[in-house]
Amino acid sequence: MTTPTPQPIDKSGFGTTGKFNVSLSKRYNFDKIFSTAAWVATLFGLVVLAVLLVDILIDGLGRIDWAFLTSFSSRRAAAAGILAPLVGSIWLLIVTALVAFPLGVGAGIYLEEYAKDNWFTRLIEINIANLAAVPSIIYGLLGLQIFVRWLQPITNGRSVLAGALTLSLLILPIIIITTREALRAVPDSLRQAGFALGATRWQVIREHIFPIALPGILTGTILALSRAIGETAPLIVIGAVSYIAFLPELSPKGLQSSFTALPIQIFDWVSRPQPQFHTNAAAGIIILMVVLLIMNASAIYLRNKFQQNRR
Amino acid sequence: MSATSTPEGSSLWRPKRAASKRVEALVKGIFATFAFVSVATTIGIVLTLIFETVAFFSEVPIWRFFTDRAWTPLFANKQFGIMVLISATLLTSAIAIAVALPIGLLAAICLSEYAPARMRRWLKPALEILAGVPTVVFGYFALLTVTPFLQKLIPGLQGFNALSAGLILGVSIIPLVASLSEDAIYAVPRSLRDGAYALGATKRETIVSVVLPAALSGIVASFILAISRAIGETMIVTIAAGQNPSLGINPLVPVQTMTAYIVQVSKGDTPAGSLAYKTIFAVGMTLFLITLALNIFSYWFVRRFREKYE
Repeated sequence: MTTPTPQPIDKSGFGTTGKFNVSLSKRYNFDKIFSTAAWVATLFGLVVLAVLLVDILIDGLGRIDWAFLTSFSSRRAAAAGILAPLVGSIWLLIVTALVAFPLGVGAGIYLEEYAKDNWFTRLIEINIANLAAVPSIIYGLLGLQIFVRWLQPITNGRSVLAGALTLSLLILPIIIITTREALRAVPDSLRQAGFALGATRWQVIREHIFPIALPGILTGTILALSRAIGETAPLIVIGAVSYIAFLPELSPKGLQSSFTALPIQIFDWVSRPQPQFHTNAAAGIIILMVVLLIMNASAIYLRNKFQQNRR
Repeated sequence: MSATSTPEGSSLWRPKRAASKRVEALVKGIFATFAFVSVATTIGIVLTLIFETVAFFSEVPIWRFFTDRAWTPLFANKQFGIMVLISATLLTSAIAIAVALPIGLLAAICLSEYAPARMRRWLKPALEILAGVPTVVFGYFALLTVTPFLQKLIPGLQGFNALSAGLILGVSIIPLVASLSEDAIYAVPRSLRDGAYALGATKRETIVSVVLPAALSGIVASFILAISRAIGETMIVTIAAGQNPSLGINPLVPVQTMTAYIVQVSKGDTPAGSLAYKTIFAVGMTLFLITLALNIFSYWFVRRFREKYE
């Protein structure tokens, strides 16, 4: 036990024997100021969020129409659309999910169900905690060197595949952690029952544990993917281009084509001096936020459904 | 059917134990490999950075990296004073921290101690929405809304400046501080608070003198994570703080952070192997070492000062 030794509250006169003065009204006034400050601080973030959303809606809502959604980028702001980045983001989303989900879930199952407490497990655990603090732009440098340069024969350089692999590594720790939490929530009695019937560990996991943990894992994965979709810095570093006038084919060749994504296009438009492009950026932000909103809503829906089933 | 199985019945029960064992070993091996990918990522990051950084320092002497007073690797007169980029990074981060730490901590106290349970249940997710806003959106907001607003209050403020980038960077990490600190504060056992109340302390006195010291290690951990997030954040400072490497701590003029420099070079078509290509890895290495040092400090601090309660 290392309970802190109780400190005498000298400020209010408790410690000074002989001159005992509770001065309650003064202390209650301090209390009021303190609690008001706490409430103001809590609401501050929400007020900024509201201002930000309203500001962007005012700037960009008028710009969104069918032509904006179905046109390619252009040097003229009024003719520019968001089709290529929108499709690019969806491509990245799908490929990232296909890579990161099996990797992350497999690693999570290994750590939670198979691994004994040895140096390998501890190494991985410390490592995952460290990776969470690595800035995302560093992942971009990793992707640039490994996926764009070394694996060029496979990825064809600055391609959708290189981008998706980089994003996969970025969100892998999050998926591993959520998988472990979801598996930990499954009661141990289920495993014991499976083993008692003579099932192997993998059979128990496949048939009983994993299906129960799946909604929790999916919720975490969707949230991780929604983070990947908003990421800009690593994609810029590995070389996403902001002007693309074609859509990647729906084939392995499409994986090797160069790409752009919603945040990249928004960044490009924000960095231009002309105000018309800023309006485009606001419109692009609205589209990006709608995509994120849909993903988050589906995660919340899954979580709620999951909680009802458990009851 | 009787409980004792007939010879025919038992002949139906043929577990393929050998096959099961093989599958079991295979699955375990594959999943262990997957788990190793995270370690491989770290190894990849470290090797990548070291490899190109060594190549960089074979061309540029290391003392120039630390003593040059300008950062102009893309110009004819090349200077490599990393301090220029570090000073800008520290400036924007310091402004962000000055915003995020007090507000985040007060919000954490409010969520844990003052907000009724029902309110807490929707306040926390609402703050998480703020955490989910992509940083490029915050960058837009800082450049096109906050800067014009601040220019009305501060006449000398330039279009790109460290001040509004830092302020919005601070807003973007408030949810991180609030959420992690709240977990730490919420975990302090009720009996400690009751003890303080029994001694006649008011609610604020209890929080400030008993609850916060008890949650100190968790709160400091959240602060350090927030600082390292502020140092590594890229898009807000790239968009709103500008691309002008200058030594100094004037928040009213454009500056260039380490991350913004990496973006600037990456946007151009830098051929692999050129000196400019190597500089972004040297800058990345510096950034990585700074965040790693913070992380190690946090690890040490939490282990040293953690309070355990039954």
